[in-house]
Amino acid sequence: MPATNPKLFLLLASLLWAGVYLMLPALSEAIVSALPMTRGSHLGGALQFFFYDTPKVLMLLTGIVFIMGMVNSYFTPERTRALLAGRMQGTANVMAAGLGVLTPFCSCSAVPLFIGFVQAGVPLGVTFSFLISAPMVNEVALALLLGMFGWKIALLYLCLGLAIAIVAGWVIGRLKMEAYLEDWVRNMPKVQALAGADGMSLAQRIQSGFDAVREIVGKVWPYILAGIAVGAGIHGYVPQDFMASFMGKEAWWSVPLAVLIGIPMYSNAAGVIPVVQALLAKGAALGTVLAFMMSVIALSLPEMIILRKVLKVRLIVTFISVVATGILVVGYIFNAAL
Amino acid sequence: MKDIKVLGTGCANCKNTVKLIEEVARDSNTEIVLEKIEDIQKIMTYNIMATPGVVIDGVVVHAGGVPPRSKVAGWFE
Repeated sequence: MPATNPKLFLLLASLLWAGVYLMLPALSEAIVSALPMTRGSHLGGALQFFFYDTPKVLMLLTGIVFIMGMVNSYFTPERTRALLAGRMQGTANVMAAGLGVLTPFCSCSAVPLFIGFVQAGVPLGVTFSFLISAPMVNEVALALLLGMFGWKIALLYLCLGLAIAIVAGWVIGRLKMEAYLEDWVRNMPKVQALAGADGMSLAQRIQSGFDAVREIVGKVWPYILAGIAVGAGIHGYVPQDFMASFMGKEAWWSVPLAVLIGIPMYSNAAGVIPVVQALLAKGAALGTVLAFMMSVIALSLPEMIILRKVLKVRLIVTFISVVATGILVVGYIFNAAL
Repeated sequence: MKDIKVLGTGCANCKNTVKLIEEVARDSNTEIVLEKIEDIQKIMTYNIMATPGVVIDGVVVHAGGVPPRSKVAGWFE
């Protein structure tokens, strides 16, 4: 059916999705009441939490990844580059950060993308806005925040992530650091940015959506399950404020510490989520935990080692400092707002 | 005999692409010479912006993400 009548398919699929999603609370209660334990016990509470949260988060993730997979098919790296080439600083930083969210991106493509952008005359600061927003504001992180903390937190995360990418890229652009690109990168022949033909049908875009679900959800579901199981497991067994004394709001130094610990660690959003869930469940402050998560995802040592082939040390240090400062600010804002 | 190059800096997707191409080539009894290019300077001479990239007899046929099995099979028909 997606091939023969794609519009009808999308309509029916979204109705089915919404119907199942709304029935989840009732379903989870029904499952737990069918099990041989009382709903009021520790175990009953933990199981209800698990049976409700798991399908909820997985459904949100599947929905968002599917939509992003379809949207991604409009924004190939070539088209994004053509949109950004030759633009001036400022609005282009905003565009680049937005496109970073919409363009399909894998962290190992960071360097080829970087060079491709610079070669086509995309300003350095604009390129950085793209490179920062692409990994940081990703669909897995958004789906998890939406599922666990609601749309306000998810929206705040999206806006602050974009803000860091825009401001950090703008600052790097103002610092005029083109001289700190490696010589071979500066000497590469300039290329013309061409958008290339698109011509995908709606049915093909739906297929892209399914491919994205298979690739991303297929890879991250065990991490999410593990994270929720940990969260449900410590429900009532570990004191709720166990982490509060050293990762709570009162400990002002916990935000910079979280960022510092996060930089050498490398993981994608999915891998770091179980840790995030466990920390939060034990009373750590959300801003501190988000700062840790952003630092792990956006700043990673292996990526820096690859970037070193393209950038001189001074530009890498600038990049890390500017982004780390942005993450610090976000951590404090979240801690203050909640 | 096909000359195949996989372009990538060594992430998991690149390794999976190499494995997939070897598998499909074996299944379809196609003779291939497979080379992995990990040097970023060499990779960039092919003008791709996403890795892994696949080059067959000098032509870029794929860039970005592990190619679906059906697409790989299409190369060996």
